[in-house]
Amino acid sequence: MIHFDNVTKVYTNQNRPALDHVSVDVDKGEFVFLVGPSGSGKSTFLRLVLKEERPNSGAIHVAGKDLARLSNFKVPHLRRRIGCVFQDFRLLPNKNVYENVAFALEVIGKPRRFIRKVVPEVIELVGLEGKAHRMPDELSGGEQQRVAMARAFVNRPMILLADEPTGNIDPATSIGIMKVLDRINRTGTTVVMATHDAAIVDSMRKRVVELEDGKIVRDQSRGVYGQAY
Amino acid sequence: MRANFIFSEVWIGLRRNLTMTIAVIITVAVGMAMLGVGLMINAQVGMMKDYWYDKVEVSVFLCTKNSDMPSCKGKAVTQGQTQALKQQIEGLPGVEQVFYEDQATAYKNFQDAYSNQKALADAAKVEDMPTSFRIKLENPDNYQPVIQALQGQPGVAQVINQRDLISQFFTMLDKLRYAAVVVAVVLVLAAALLIGNTVRLSAFNRRRETGIMRLVGASNLYIQLPFVMEGMIAGLIGGVFAAVMLIVTKVLLFDEVAQFLSSTAATIGWDDVASVITLTMIIGVVICVLASFVTLRRYLRV
Repeated sequence: MIHFDNVTKVYTNQNRPALDHVSVDVDKGEFVFLVGPSGSGKSTFLRLVLKEERPNSGAIHVAGKDLARLSNFKVPHLRRRIGCVFQDFRLLPNKNVYENVAFALEVIGKPRRFIRKVVPEVIELVGLEGKAHRMPDELSGGEQQRVAMARAFVNRPMILLADEPTGNIDPATSIGIMKVLDRINRTGTTVVMATHDAAIVDSMRKRVVELEDGKIVRDQSRGVYGQAY
Repeated sequence: MRANFIFSEVWIGLRRNLTMTIAVIITVAVGMAMLGVGLMINAQVGMMKDYWYDKVEVSVFLCTKNSDMPSCKGKAVTQGQTQALKQQIEGLPGVEQVFYEDQATAYKNFQDAYSNQKALADAAKVEDMPTSFRIKLENPDNYQPVIQALQGQPGVAQVINQRDLISQFFTMLDKLRYAAVVVAVVLVLAAALLIGNTVRLSAFNRRRETGIMRLVGASNLYIQLPFVMEGMIAGLIGGVFAAVMLIVTKVLLFDEVAQFLSSTAATIGWDDVASVITLTMIIGVVICVLASFVTLRRYLRV
């Protein structure tokens, strides 16, 4: 589903590569933790998958598409098949829960009838039934992240990228978030989650890819966070 | 669905940027009105040229007794000289018609022309009036050979082309017209820059929305269209104001000119105003759309 072949990314005005000859394969339906300290290249990895950045060398295939050969014109279509969740939720403060989720479908031109049908389903899937008309500032951090996950998942993407989704959330609430991610993963969606949260990684027992200074130092199925140390 | 969504986005954008939007509307309105007035003056000058150049004549004044003109040598024109001149003029190529204006007619015309200056009119006597030939040319532009042929002939005091007199007036009108166009171009440029700025502000205000739109895979057109529409609507409203200003100008300025000339044939009509309004509208909207697009190209990259 995601295939990195010897990928190097150096940001302009920086000497040290953010990713240094990284090769990794993520299969369809996998759940992968991307761990490592800040600046190790986790976010760069996710940005490359979205084609927000271009690698300096190496090849990236996402959902069977060679990103180097994907024209700018077709990048939006790639992104429709990838859902994204961030540490800071990125909700629209002037829209309620339903509207925030519906927004993702409106802007890709889905018909209103379709939106009316699927948005409540997804809101229920993330455990926010009955809160569809709340505004983001009336929700807790955990609930806001659930809205973000509903928005990421509402178009049934093949891949869900999560960049430290529990970074702003207390451990007890994080477990709920992870349950939702797990539920999404069970529908067949590939999930890649970048995180610092050792407890979560240890409890989930999923594949762990560890990055350090842009290099993969560990790739382990059913791994834990700190085993390399 | 799509249209609905885009229009609601446009409305939000225009409302959030109200002051800038108003600035754009005013600049576009004034710029387009100036351009329109320039175009209207242009049309007006063209029509007046056609109207007057069609009427102008070459006047050949004949010698009177005690004339100051050196060619007369102080003697009045004789009957024979007048006859000879008439024949010569009629034989010239390009002459359409010749009228002979005798002293009585000249006196009457003089009295009419200076009726509001009693002293001057009273002082003039019939025998002071010069007789003259009024020549109407087939092609008013082709006056040189006629003037050259008659200048200095015996009995001819002076040859005057009326065209020389009005052309000074037209030179002034031409300058006015160019000034209007220059001001209009400057204003249109200012409008384009202002629109660019407004769209940039608008894009900055909504970077959250556009960021999410990019993330969930909205196409560029879908992201950019609300901003371009904002520019377009501002341009359109400015164009409507410009149209109102142009209509007012037509009534207050050009219709006055028509009254002054006491002829509607020499002034622009409503059909001219309509075409000027259409043209300025189109230019205004196109400039707004282009300015929006160019700004967005640099601001909302994929």
